[in-house]
Amino acid sequence: MTHPLEARHGDVTVDRVELAAELSGADGRASTADVAEYALRLGDDALILAQQLGEWIARAPELEEDMALANIALDLLGHARSLLHYAGTFDGRSEDDLAYVRDEHEFRSAWLFEQPNGDFAQTVARGLVASTYQFELYTALAASTDPTLRAIAAKAVKEVEYHRDHAVQWTLRLAGGTDESRRRMIRAVVDMWPYVDELFRDDDLTDRLEGVAARPSTLRPRFDAIIAVVFAEAELEIPPVAPSAGGGRQGRHFSHLGAVLAEMQVLARQHPGVTW
Amino acid sequence: MVTLIDPLPTMDATLHAWAVAAAVRDPEVPVLTIEDLGVLRDLEVDDGRVTVTITPTYSGCPATNAICDDIVIALTAAGFDDVDVRITLAPAWTTDWMSAAGAAKLHEFGIAPPTGRRAAGPIPVTLAVRCPQCGSPDTREIARFGSTACKALYECRACLEPFDHFKVH
Repeated sequence: MTHPLEARHGDVTVDRVELAAELSGADGRASTADVAEYALRLGDDALILAQQLGEWIARAPELEEDMALANIALDLLGHARSLLHYAGTFDGRSEDDLAYVRDEHEFRSAWLFEQPNGDFAQTVARGLVASTYQFELYTALAASTDPTLRAIAAKAVKEVEYHRDHAVQWTLRLAGGTDESRRRMIRAVVDMWPYVDELFRDDDLTDRLEGVAARPSTLRPRFDAIIAVVFAEAELEIPPVAPSAGGGRQGRHFSHLGAVLAEMQVLARQHPGVTW
Repeated sequence: MVTLIDPLPTMDATLHAWAVAAAVRDPEVPVLTIEDLGVLRDLEVDDGRVTVTITPTYSGCPATNAICDDIVIALTAAGFDDVDVRITLAPAWTTDWMSAAGAAKLHEFGIAPPTGRRAAGPIPVTLAVRCPQCGSPDTREIARFGSTACKALYECRACLEPFDHFKVH
């Protein structure tokens, strides 16, 4: 006799993230367009970084890094799914709709997250900024008045801590390694630093979401403090580069995002409604 | 005179459903049930409808969907036709919820179980991870990120074998 699991697999698909009501009064739905927009920003940051990290699989400098970057990408994809699912509850779009059938100008990710992988040092520098920022973001958001954002953040913060540790270890190794690795690490920091500022800019949306959103500017001092410790250890300096204009939150992006989306969306667009 | 009673077990439906759901295994670590892992958080039977609440170990854990499917299949096979699996993120999963039986099963399977409890505070206490093959505490971490999100890769300096360690989380 076949085991019931073997007999039935293939007939059943339960592919959804349905957040149970975390607290009485919370129904797991984004209450306003503003909350949905905010969740979209955070979800897009995580999604675009996850997609790019996936490109390293089988190309990283060593096997352990294939595993590490894939694992980090998987965590980020998990955060993106929860956040996009939540954003979509406001107007009835699914996490897949948001990931696969939006165009470039509809993405709300900050510019840092769409910087290309570059060499390994650039991926490390991008990861250092991203994870240090996200650690402070989710730490603050774990005290949000929005139960769903609070739950997603409390879960994500533990995972992002691993990501930050990974980025810090590699920053120290590359900066303190050979002349070549140090040269590349310094260049990577110079390349990434213009995009730091955009992460910490308040705007009308975050003003309106006082208590729900983590006010970006309030995360900056802790971010700076952590980076200062890491850079002191690595004998790196904050490069004297001007902050970029930014614009990701308004849907203005580098052309590189188009390439990332083309790869990410090709299957869903060629075969609408396709499932595994 | 013997009074015939209903021969069917009058076991409470909730307990029965819990036992069925609790036996579902983690597809990535098949020695562990979702109860051992602390992934099964709640189960209610209301008017024939079973609502199961689970929590993922890690946000992106690919086993979560498979576990949802398996719960539906197992409960359906046990006669519960109306099953709803819900995922909750709060409170966030921690290895502190893993049962002692679960830790023992992991060790037997060749995976070093989580060592101690998740440290809260500025100074994390690192306990030696024992080699599940030879029991030596003389081991070292090779890679923080291992074969799945929840495991790190270690090697034993005594028997020289590599092994997985279920990270304290």
